Amino acid sequence: MMSTETLHGAQDHWSRFTLRQRLLRYGGLALTLLVVGWALRSIDVIWAWVWDAPSQMADLFGRMMPPDPSNLPSILEAIWQTVNIATLATMIAVVVSLPVAYIAAQNTTPNRAALWVGRFILVSSRSVNTIIWALLFVAIFGPGIVAGIAAIMFRSIGFLGKLLGEAIEEIDRKPVEALEAVGASQFKIVLYAIVPQVMPAFFAVAILRWDINLRESTVLGLVGAGGIGMILQGAIDTFNWPEVSMVLLTILALVVFGEVVSTYLRKKIL
Amino acid sequence: MLKISKLTKRYGSGDPVLKELDLTVEGDQLTSVIGSSGAGKSTLLRCINRLVEPTSGSIDLNGTEFTTLNRRSLRIARRRIGMVFQGFNLIDRLTVMENVQSGRLGYISTWAALTRRYPREDIRHAYELMERVGIAHYANKRADELSGGERQRVGVVRALMQRPEILLADEPTASLDPKTSEQIMSLLRDLASELKLPVIINIHNVAEAKEYSDRIVGMRYGRIIFDGLPSRLGKAEMDEIYAGVPAQDRAQAGAAA
Amino acid sequence: MSAGKDTWRKPPFIASPALRYGLYAVAAVYFVVTLATLPIDWERVSDGLTRAQRIFSGAFPPSFDRAGLLFDGFMESLKIAILATAGGIAVSVPLAFMAAGNISVKPVYLLGRGIIIVARSFHPVIVAIIFVKAVGFGPFAGALTLLVYSIGFVAKLLAERIEEIDFGQVEAMRAAGAGFIATLAYAVLPQIMPRLVGLGIYQLDSNLRASAVVGIVGAGGIGATLANAFGRYDYDFALAITMVIVGVILVSEAVSGFVRKRIA
Repeated sequence: MMSTETLHGAQDHWSRFTLRQRLLRYGGLALTLLVVGWALRSIDVIWAWVWDAPSQMADLFGRMMPPDPSNLPSILEAIWQTVNIATLATMIAVVVSLPVAYIAAQNTTPNRAALWVGRFILVSSRSVNTIIWALLFVAIFGPGIVAGIAAIMFRSIGFLGKLLGEAIEEIDRKPVEALEAVGASQFKIVLYAIVPQVMPAFFAVAILRWDINLRESTVLGLVGAGGIGMILQGAIDTFNWPEVSMVLLTILALVVFGEVVSTYLRKKIL
Repeated sequence: MLKISKLTKRYGSGDPVLKELDLTVEGDQLTSVIGSSGAGKSTLLRCINRLVEPTSGSIDLNGTEFTTLNRRSLRIARRRIGMVFQGFNLIDRLTVMENVQSGRLGYISTWAALTRRYPREDIRHAYELMERVGIAHYANKRADELSGGERQRVGVVRALMQRPEILLADEPTASLDPKTSEQIMSLLRDLASELKLPVIINIHNVAEAKEYSDRIVGMRYGRIIFDGLPSRLGKAEMDEIYAGVPAQDRAQAGAAA
Repeated sequence: MSAGKDTWRKPPFIASPALRYGLYAVAAVYFVVTLATLPIDWERVSDGLTRAQRIFSGAFPPSFDRAGLLFDGFMESLKIAILATAGGIAVSVPLAFMAAGNISVKPVYLLGRGIIIVARSFHPVIVAIIFVKAVGFGPFAGALTLLVYSIGFVAKLLAERIEEIDFGQVEAMRAAGAGFIATLAYAVLPQIMPRLVGLGIYQLDSNLRASAVVGIVGAGGIGATLANAFGRYDYDFALAITMVIVGVILVSEAVSGFVRKRIA
C-alpha cells in the first residue's frame, strides 16, 4: 500500500508500508525485544552454568558413545509394550470419543445440556497433559501398562472428540434434509447421511492421534506408567549412558516407523 | 389427492411468505409452480412435508391431515411423499444402490440399514426403477462419480423407492445443463403418467414448464395469481407473475390487508 | 439385462476376500490377545481406587494458600516459554532454509532434515531429562528443552512454507544480479514472514503448555511446583495448580488464536 497523496508532485521516496503500519511493526518488534530482555534478565539461572553448558553436553554425549546394544532384547520388548499402549489406547479412545463428538457438535447435539456436558468432557480431557493423567492413573492402577493406557486414552478422547465434532459440524446438510423428507429415524439419518460424510475425517484423525500417541507413550514410563520410558529411567538412574543412547536410538526408530506407517495408511484409506 | 387450504407461513415476525394459500392437486397431473425468486415456491413445497413448519392452515394428503401430526406419525407420513431436490442431496460417498435404498429407510429395520442387507423385494424394485431411468449399470458406483443428470436420476429413483402417493420436485433441473434438464423433465412427465403419480415441480424455466406440464401455477409473493393450462399462460399473465419490485409489492399487500 | 435381479451386496472395501478376512482376523487376534494379557491386578485397582478417593478428598477444596509460590512458578514458566520461543525461532530460520528442498543443496538439505527429524522425534519430557542431567535442575534445562521442541515444529513448517514459495520472484532477483543473501531477503523472506509470525505466536502458546509438563522432571517452571506439591502429598495445592494451568492454557489458546486471526 503506497501512499498516494503526492501523486502529482515529484516523488523521490518510496516506502513499502504506511507510517501507521511501520509504527505497528517497529512497535511490535520493540515490544518483543523488551519482553525477551525482561525474561532474560529476570530468569532464575546461574549464568556460569549456562556458559559451561556446551562442554557439559559434549561430555555427556561422549559418555553416551558408543550405544550399548547388550540390553536390546528387553528394550525391544518395552518398545512392543509402548506400541501396544498407543494402539490399544487409540482404539478405545476412538470408540469413546464418537458419542462425545456427537453430543458436542452444534448440529447433532440432542439439547443444550448435552452440548455443554460434551464440551466440558473435551476441554477437561484436552487441558490436562498425558503426564498428569499418568500420575493420576499410576496412583489408581499402580505402576504399569494399564495406567499408561488409561492416561493416553483420557488425553486422546478430547483431541479426537474435538476434531470429530468439528467434522460433524462441517457436513453438508443437504443429504440430511433428503433423509428427513424420506421419513427416516434420527439414528438412520446419522447412519446414512452423517457417518459417510465424517468417515474420511474419522480415519485421518484416528491415524494422526495414533502417531502422536506413539510419541507420548515413550515418556509414560518416566512416571511409572509402562513402556520404553521405564527402561530409559532405569538407565539414567544408574548412569548407564551407553544404554541410554541405545534406548534413544530405538525411540527414534519407533517414531520414524510410526510416521511411515501412518503416511502409508493415510494414502491407502483416503 | 393433495388438498392445501389456507396455508400460511411466516418466518419470525416478518411478512408471511405464504398467505392463506389454497391448492389442490390430484390424479397423474404434472403441475409446475412458477414465480420469481422469493415468491415462496420452495417454502410451499417444504411446507407440504413439513421440512418447513407451516404457521397455520391445512395440508391433507388422501385423508391424512399433515399439520397436526406428532414427530413420530409425521415420520411415517413422510414416507408417502417423495421429494427431489435442486442439489440432488445425494450421499456422495455411498454407492448409487445405497442412495437409492435410502428412500426405503422409513420402512426397513435399523439392522438391515446398518448392514446394507436390503429386502429382496426392494432390491428388485430398485433395479426396475434404475433400469427405467437408465442408471442400473451404475449400481455399484459411488454417487459422486456420476454426472449431474445421472445424479438427479438417482434422486428421482430414491424418491420413487418410497412408493410415494405424490412427488415433489424442488427446482430439479436448475443445476443441470439445458439438454439434461429437458431429459429430466420429460422423465418426470412420463413417470407421472406411468405410475399414476401427481407431481408438483418448482421451476424457474417457464419454457420448460409450459412444454412439460399439464397445469401451471403462478405464484407472486405468497399468493397464487395464476392457475390453469399451460396454453393459457400468455404474455400478460407472465408479466403479472414476474413483474414488480418486491418492496412495492409488499407495500401493496400490506395496504390491501 | 439386470431386470429381475433381487440381490445386491455392497462392494467390499478390500476386494480380495482372503486378504479382507485375514486382516479382520489379525486385528481381532491382536486386540483380544493384548487386552487379555494386560496385567490388571484387580486387588491393586480396588486398593488404588480407595487411594484415588483419598487423593481426591485431600484435593478438595483446592488450596490457594501459597498463591505466591504458584505465581512465581507461572512467571518462571512464562519466561522459559518466551526465551525458548525466541531462541527457537532464531535457530529455526536458518535451519528451515537448510531444510527447504528448493533453495538448499542436497547434503545441507539432508543435514537440515535430519536435525528436524531428531528434534521432532523425542518427546519434550525425554529431552528435558537429558538436559537436566547435562546442565542441572532448573529453568535453564527447561528453556533448552523447549528450544529443541520449538525447532522441531517451527523449522519443519517453515521449511514447508519455503518450499511452497513463488519461485518466480527468486528468479527475478537472480536475473537482476542479486547475491544469495539479497535474494533471500527480498524474494523469500517477505513471502514467509506472515507464516513465521503466526508460527511464533502458536509456538509460544505451545511452549507455555509444554513447560507445565517438563517441569515435572525437574526443568523448572510451574511443572516443578506441581511435581513438588504432588511429592509432598499436598493434593489440595496440586489441584489448585492444575486448575490454574488449565485456565491459563485456555486463555493463552484463545489469545493466540485471536492474534493469529488478526495477523492472517
